[in-house]
Amino acid sequence: MTNNEHETGQPERRTPARVIGTPLSDTPFSDTVASAVPDAGDEEHGVPAVPGVVPQEERKARRAERIAALCFTLAFAALVAFLLAYVRFQVGGLSATGASHVALGGTLTLALLALAAGIVIWVRQIMPKYELVQQRHPMASPEEVRAEVAATFVQGAGESGIVKRRLLRRTLLLAAAPLGLAPLVLLRDLDTSGVPAAQLHRRLGHTVWGEKTRDGTPLRLVVEGTGQPIRAADFNSPGGILSVVPQGYEHDLDVLAKATVILVKFRPEEIKSGTNRNWTHDGIVAYSKICTHVGCPAALYEQTTHHILCPCHQSTFDAADGARVVFGPAARPLPQLPIGVDDQGYLIALGDFPAPVGPSYWERGDAEARARENGDHS
Amino acid sequence: MSELRTVPERIAGPATFLDDRLGAGSFVRRNIRKIFPDHWSFLLGEIALYSFVILLLTGTFLTFWFKPSMGEIVYNGTYAPLKGVTMSEAYASSLKISFEVRGGLLIRQIHHWAALVFIGGMMAHALRVFFTGAYRKPRELNWLIGVVILSIALFEGLTGYSLPDDLLSGAGLRVTQGVVIGLPVVGTYLNFFLFGGEYPGGDVISRFYSIHILLLPGLILALVTAHLILMWVQKHTQFPGKGRTNRNVVGAPFYPAFMAKSGAFFLFTFAVIAGLGTFAQINPVWLYGPYSPADVSAGSQPDFYLAFLEGALRIMPAWEVNLFGTSQAGTIPLSVVIPALVPLGFIVVGMALYPFLERWLTGDHREHHLADRPRNNPHRTSIGMAVIAFYGVLWLFGGNDIISANFRISLYTTTWAGRILVFVGPALAYAITYRVCLGLQRSDAAVLAHGVESGVIKRLPNGGYVEVHSRPAKDIEAHLRGKEPVPVLSYDETVPPKGLRGPLGRLRLRMSRAYGGEKVPPVNGHPHDEDGQAALPEGQNRALTR
Repeated sequence: MTNNEHETGQPERRTPARVIGTPLSDTPFSDTVASAVPDAGDEEHGVPAVPGVVPQEERKARRAERIAALCFTLAFAALVAFLLAYVRFQVGGLSATGASHVALGGTLTLALLALAAGIVIWVRQIMPKYELVQQRHPMASPEEVRAEVAATFVQGAGESGIVKRRLLRRTLLLAAAPLGLAPLVLLRDLDTSGVPAAQLHRRLGHTVWGEKTRDGTPLRLVVEGTGQPIRAADFNSPGGILSVVPQGYEHDLDVLAKATVILVKFRPEEIKSGTNRNWTHDGIVAYSKICTHVGCPAALYEQTTHHILCPCHQSTFDAADGARVVFGPAARPLPQLPIGVDDQGYLIALGDFPAPVGPSYWERGDAEARARENGDHS
Repeated sequence: MSELRTVPERIAGPATFLDDRLGAGSFVRRNIRKIFPDHWSFLLGEIALYSFVILLLTGTFLTFWFKPSMGEIVYNGTYAPLKGVTMSEAYASSLKISFEVRGGLLIRQIHHWAALVFIGGMMAHALRVFFTGAYRKPRELNWLIGVVILSIALFEGLTGYSLPDDLLSGAGLRVTQGVVIGLPVVGTYLNFFLFGGEYPGGDVISRFYSIHILLLPGLILALVTAHLILMWVQKHTQFPGKGRTNRNVVGAPFYPAFMAKSGAFFLFTFAVIAGLGTFAQINPVWLYGPYSPADVSAGSQPDFYLAFLEGALRIMPAWEVNLFGTSQAGTIPLSVVIPALVPLGFIVVGMALYPFLERWLTGDHREHHLADRPRNNPHRTSIGMAVIAFYGVLWLFGGNDIISANFRISLYTTTWAGRILVFVGPALAYAITYRVCLGLQRSDAAVLAHGVESGVIKRLPNGGYVEVHSRPAKDIEAHLRGKEPVPVLSYDETVPPKGLRGPLGRLRLRMSRAYGGEKVPPVNGHPHDEDGQAALPEGQNRALTR
């Protein structure tokens, strides 16, 4: 190949000098700027010829002024409409609130948008193009300044006596140490439970299911929401799942956060060895609804596979097999609640869960193994 | 129209009054024409700043009606479906703001959207600063302030969306509690201190309220102020280009151009957020109902900025250890603790340390005021992209149930894909980004050596075809020539200096050599015009422009 083939006669302008995709610089650089002589319009406008400040063409600026003014007028109109909408549209029901919301928001958005657009046109098409240069200086102070500051520091330290007077210094430091502790100590009563700190974790291990009613009878299981007690014979649809809470605590959120239970009804042959049959009644099994991962209610149930699914992080438990973990981040099965019926045939709790419910905590230990050692699990 | 020749009396009067008392004149003289370089990516931080201002304004409005109380009342407001329902005062007042205060729903939605834009803006801004190396000396402190603001903002968001006390916010709070209580040794205590007792107790909303409206915004405001002052004092970085050096700033003056532009940009940001607040429904709390720890709705998702933590929780295998067996201590739920602490800690600590690690590796103690083009420091860019991939995978799998439902993939398959991708994704991102950076550097070198491809094809007498290359525009050429090799540790003596001895020193030297240096040799000549171009052998030409 040779380099002297020029006969194609392409005009030079057809060859772009920019990398495709880079923005066109609309600001001429200093060489043009320096030579930029303001035209008649600019002199009349009083803009001096400063290097790096390129005035706009007056004809374009006038047109831009009209557009910006239109934007500002539009913003004015939208803001007036906003005020009118505030008075005109009242709130209350869904549709009324919706109308007020759209009217207020729409006019506000339009006003802000128009104002912004107007100012941008002002800056870009009326103000000059700037390519001003400012010098930077190193951030560090000059050496002599540093030296002077250092000398002053040493002088001040000497004058104060903090270095020489050891007793002063040491007692001051001594006093400062408990000063930092004081605010921390004050935070102790953030815990309003009134339980000694070493006993706090014991509260986590129990639920109200272990308690009795005032009459000394075991707590009944009632339907969450309606508060209806459940007659074992009525809960007879295998494959069903029911969210259940302790009677008398239907609105106590602290109790619900630990004691909410799901009931699942099985045909006897479906129940596997992981489930404690002694704690079931007529194929009805009760598990804690509080996921052992981070405590979301494990609220979803898949009938064909007997899987209980927590919708938060998808921990999956096998309800037919002691709610053992099938998949997901939960590490432990949902604890099973021992249930039976009272003399009227209503479902009752026969005791508390054998292990703490909900998310794990430091003092929990292997509570399941502990329960087995104690013989709770036959 | 008359032009202004002197300062009008109405401005001169108060200005003189102030200067007599404050001596502000010399400050104003130094600063009123402060130069701000112009680049679209320098506006990302402004988006975050303006969103924060909007948050303060709208948040103050919301406090006039919001009641931060978990006291139970029976709802008797205008929203019919919930009439007669027992709920907390916090939830009832959220409904009141939405339905009974004119503009209340609008401001509530603007507040929520502004929070998302605030954090999204900060993330984009932080990435811009990272990829252009704008965190380098002397700006490390401002980078650290930014990292702290971003971290605080995550907690600000968490405390904020817990306040309405609806079913969704309660689910988020429950997950927070499950994480807090799972922390080794201190978890139980923290739980009782935060909730005033057992979960949920009656205190957490009012505590989150004072944290959300006073403590954290106060901290953010103070840090944002410091951030802006440092930016002002140190002057903004600029990209290399014609007339731009490490010792100057080229751009528009604060007064009048930058001031007006910033004002317009604030209004634009506000307009976009107001538009979102008007037309894009967010967090319709009335649909969720009051919180009960016994209920949850499927598809519960946190706000986007916490979704990476949610994703980490979801794809984590079920690991839990009992250090001391059955005794009542020593339980560490790794399936909670690892996802809660490791990704966040890795990203935040990694961001905070990066400027110092990079300086340790490159031995570069110079001041940098010219921003790098990301391609010109390929390892840094690749590390950034790997972290984005890591974050992105976790973020994506915060919605693993949504992915499974929409694409009809088994949930377990989706989760396993997440477990694998969280490691493979960053590695791939690193490798691909590194190659792309080198390719882009080569293409820059080709532009400098041979000019810009013009798209004009010439036929040669021998029948061959060549593309005419033309000299690049001067500003483009200056921009490309701003490339500097990444510094590498080196020593002249035969014995390595102290910091480069021993196993750590040798590793440091090797890493420095890998990280720094010139991956694509610089071009010394000037770009040829088309005549020179055709002289190159065809093969070399192709290699350079590919």
